[in-house]
Amino acid sequence: MILASILTTNLAILVLAGFIGFVVISKVPNTLHTPLMSGTNAIHGIVLLGGLLIVGLSGNGAFNKVILVIAIAFGTINVVGGFLVTDRMLEMFKAKPKAAGDDAKPGGEKAGGGEASKEKAP
Amino acid sequence: MIAPPLASTFLQAPSFLDVLYIIAFALFIQGLRGLSGPTTAVRGNRTAAVGMAIAVIATLLNQGEGNWGLIALGIALGTAVGVPAARQVKMTAMPQMVALFNGVGGGAVFLISWSEFRLTGGFAHVADSVTALPVYITIFSLFAAIIGSVSFWGSNIAFGKLQEIIPGRPITLGSGQQIVNLVLFILAVAAAVDIAQGNHSQGIFIGMLVCAALLGNAVVLPIGGADMPVVISMLNAFTGLSAAATGIALNNPALIVAGMIVGASGSILTNLMAVAMNRSIPAIIAGGFGGGGAVAGAEGAGEHAGTVRSTSAADAAIQLAYANRVVIVPGYGMAVAQAQHAVRELTKELEKRGVEVSYAIHPVAGRMPGHMNVLLAEADVPYDQLREMDDANPEFQRTDVSLVIGANDVTNPAAKNTPSSPIYGMPILEVNDSHSVIVIKRSMNPGFAGIENELYYDPKTAMLFGDAKSAVSEITAELAQI
Repeated sequence: MILASILTTNLAILVLAGFIGFVVISKVPNTLHTPLMSGTNAIHGIVLLGGLLIVGLSGNGAFNKVILVIAIAFGTINVVGGFLVTDRMLEMFKAKPKAAGDDAKPGGEKAGGGEASKEKAP
Repeated sequence: MIAPPLASTFLQAPSFLDVLYIIAFALFIQGLRGLSGPTTAVRGNRTAAVGMAIAVIATLLNQGEGNWGLIALGIALGTAVGVPAARQVKMTAMPQMVALFNGVGGGAVFLISWSEFRLTGGFAHVADSVTALPVYITIFSLFAAIIGSVSFWGSNIAFGKLQEIIPGRPITLGSGQQIVNLVLFILAVAAAVDIAQGNHSQGIFIGMLVCAALLGNAVVLPIGGADMPVVISMLNAFTGLSAAATGIALNNPALIVAGMIVGASGSILTNLMAVAMNRSIPAIIAGGFGGGGAVAGAEGAGEHAGTVRSTSAADAAIQLAYANRVVIVPGYGMAVAQAQHAVRELTKELEKRGVEVSYAIHPVAGRMPGHMNVLLAEADVPYDQLREMDDANPEFQRTDVSLVIGANDVTNPAAKNTPSSPIYGMPILEVNDSHSVIVIKRSMNPGFAGIENELYYDPKTAMLFGDAKSAVSEITAELAQI
């Protein structure tokens, strides 16, 4: 019975998250669709957590450890790479309103992403 | 803390960690809200990154005796690969980068599911005990494994196509394609059902992963380059949904919310892209324009041959210099030639002469949603010059010169005029309404859809053959001398 309620709670979270996702994402303009894709891409790198949870359990054999290290590495690539590359892109967009008319600032591929990566590296 | 796995772990999990997860997904949602405008977007992305950091830290706090060495190794490997890749990738190569990141996400999902399978004796019971594993956990884990595997292999194929390691044209098995796809799908589902009903053999599980892997290959290989925006969005949605399923199996609210939001985002984009191409999603998945379009294109080429008017950079420069209004229509060709900076220079030269310049951007121009906007932003083109299709089309009638740079199918009037055309009904940029058109193109080869473009045979169209970047630079140089 407790398990059943866990399942229904999780399904409720799932459905609500779906509606929120539709509402929030619908407001993103065409111009920002590429950063949106790479940003949401980074967010689904959260499966990294799954790897971290399972690797912490006892009873993992050697082969399982290899699989999990690869999974964690994949998840990390997804998260760190995704946020960094999105940050790089968005920096370029941000420079724009001031530069309207003439181009005072050429490109914004500066440090920007550094912070995002620091947060991630333990 | 000796952590019993899966469901039972979380019955006992300290609520403190749950609170951290809730904070994490609230930050994800807040971050995505920031993406609704260019000025707030950078902060939005960083907000989401902070949310991710909190989720990771919360999970690490929950480690019992911990396998810190393994965790550090995995994260170090991932960082060593991910950071340089993200730092160095060119904006023109963004679609393949996104495909690759998406693929590794899918890979992580199916590997995690596999490790769960092995750890629980084939989803038989909670590890270290005889407590039976609830069947819903098995079902969601199997769903995640199948979709994750499809997404991993599909994304890698998409990457290969975009990187031109694999030919971009559709590669199909012919008429048997759909049947093969269907059989692979049924086999994967059958294996999953077998496991859910209590077969604990790892062979079946691996067989299921292999079927899903083949399905991922078989679905994406037949899809042509121009359909890539749809495919990438769809694979993004898949990985998101598989992450959400993993979240339900592991009872982790942050995973559920994050995965589902990505699923929603990917679905919205997939739908938008498909609408912008006037194609149904099933038709795209079922296998590109196939041979039909190419055959029609070849016939068209025969009929039209010889009526194309080509021009020189000098003539194009004169035409542009004396225009009042110029609309630039960029396409994938601009990305391939890395011509965005040259285009910006040309624009500045024209503006100096009092020419009004704007950019008309088709939703599916390029290889991913919003691809052209990113390139033009990189070249410092101001937003107010970028027009979406619906705003751009009414303005073509009062445009003196439309300059088409490496765009093809999205300007083809056949989509409006020729009911027999494979792209009939697709919304296009109505470039042929403008007073004159200059098309910069490498050769007369048809676009990815394999369809001849009637625009090129229009008497008011002049073709300037050459690489987009050098052609645009030549025009700029000629302009400077007028």
